[in-house]
Amino acid sequence: MSSTKGIWKVITASSVGTLIEWYDFYIFGSLSTIIASKFFPSSNPTAALLSTLATFAAGFIVRPFGALVFGRLGDLIGRKYTFLLTLVLMGGSTFLIGCVPAYATIGGWAPVLVLLLRLLQGLALGGEYGGAATYVAEHAPANRRGYFTSWIQTTATLGLFLSLIVILGIRRAVGVEEFTTGNGWRYPFLLSIILVVVSIFIRLRMNESPLFAKLKAEGKTSVNPLKESFGHKANFKMVLIALFGATMGQGVIWYTSQFYAQTFILTKCAVEYEQANTIILIALVAVTPFFVAFGSLSDKIGRKNIILVGLLLGVLLYRPLFKQLYNTADVTQKSIIADETKIDYKAELAKGSMTDSLHTTTVLNFFSDGSRQKIVTTQKIAASGEKLNLEVKKEILLGERSRWIMIGIIALMVLFVTMVYGPIAAYLVELFPTRIRYTSMSLPYHIGNGVFGGLVPFIALLITTIPGTDYLSGLWYPIGVATLSLIIGSLYLTNKIDKTVDD
Amino acid sequence: MLIGPLVIFLLMHSAIKNIDAHGKADINKPLPWLIIITIFTPIAVGMMIFGWYAWKGEYDHLPASSEEL
Repeated sequence: MSSTKGIWKVITASSVGTLIEWYDFYIFGSLSTIIASKFFPSSNPTAALLSTLATFAAGFIVRPFGALVFGRLGDLIGRKYTFLLTLVLMGGSTFLIGCVPAYATIGGWAPVLVLLLRLLQGLALGGEYGGAATYVAEHAPANRRGYFTSWIQTTATLGLFLSLIVILGIRRAVGVEEFTTGNGWRYPFLLSIILVVVSIFIRLRMNESPLFAKLKAEGKTSVNPLKESFGHKANFKMVLIALFGATMGQGVIWYTSQFYAQTFILTKCAVEYEQANTIILIALVAVTPFFVAFGSLSDKIGRKNIILVGLLLGVLLYRPLFKQLYNTADVTQKSIIADETKIDYKAELAKGSMTDSLHTTTVLNFFSDGSRQKIVTTQKIAASGEKLNLEVKKEILLGERSRWIMIGIIALMVLFVTMVYGPIAAYLVELFPTRIRYTSMSLPYHIGNGVFGGLVPFIALLITTIPGTDYLSGLWYPIGVATLSLIIGSLYLTNKIDKTVDD
Repeated sequence: MLIGPLVIFLLMHSAIKNIDAHGKADINKPLPWLIIITIFTPIAVGMMIFGWYAWKGEYDHLPASSEEL
């Protein structure tokens, strides 16, 4: 391809759909606590088991499986209809999650239905990205392939942005109580159907990728894409290099900078929910243009060096940056204004009990930098005087300066993501021939992001169980994986920009 | 080449150490471990194959065009 005529229509059709798929995938993750309480009550062991399956199987098994299923389909029947199918599957299952009655209404069917729909989401996501990236790359001119495919790369971050903004917006509009205990949480899921219908309409009007259409007209499409991708040694070698030299490291950087950071500031730093998400939102918005900037730069200096610099920065800076995040919210390093401390005490009957009482003490501490800390201590006491459950909840609302420091740190970490993620679609597309491109690039991408990236919280938690570890020890997993990928990538990735992808 | 088996050994060892019928965290439940070890085993095998190819020098020349694939 040498002309850019109509390329923006192609990018819009591909990006909007991919963005919606990411939005659909993220809202489930962001609302997992509410979903668990509605569909997977911990009191029921089967429901709890299904909940674990929904969390782990959707990302780890079904996503790579979706990459194989839809990658094969995309190389057999074409890109356009395959990624149209993934969109319908994703949108449909997201909408239906919003419609499933709660466990309290239909019992065991509720977790089973939600699990099935979540697995469908994972399957669809596994098939979407490869199709969108391939479709755009096969329309783009050789000298601007990095630039044009980087628009697809923005969608994973913008999908997170959209999901956060919709959740925060609806939470505010309907109220926290209705959102968490009523039906408010369903609206982000139901809203998905509108977005998907618009996206399907846009995609239906698009033509098949010109390279694939030519291949099909000449009867040169692959008969067995899975066998050609993974059964032929020469191509399998490239799949391995893509996985271990690029997507594995990219996956952990992507996950750590966006999701682990979000969980870290919510749980370890105890930043107030809305403020934590706003910090992430601002950082995402500020840095998203760099996906395109690095994608474009990769057309000039090659993909490899930019990806490797992103990995190196993650390896070197994650620990100091996360430490700085912790210190920014650490009240022991702030000067308290003792005169302004407010203490409120309340005693009432415990919910559902006529004898047990609930004693709640709320302490509000104010600090000289404008930060405010709230400590809520709840103690349940039986009629006999025996002290039952003690719960202490701490949260901090950061002052203006601390808030901006946190935004800056998160933005810097997301910048690493833009370096590793911006040029990677072009890199993967150029690695494989048209007839098996969709299959060959989808699997390493989803193993890298879904498995290596998705395991960050689990392995991080695992590491912290080792005696002598601290709140930063969990970072050794992404740092280790990124280091390995950096070494393999430095030795074996090529920095050459492929002039043609029509082979 | 050695990282693959090492990863599987570490995962198996950690699973045995952490699975606990009384634990409530994900790392105490057998199902996540089963899923992770199942999905990681073929990846570890892929890592071994990659190491083997690299050891044999098969990545010294990368394909210059799709004709070579």
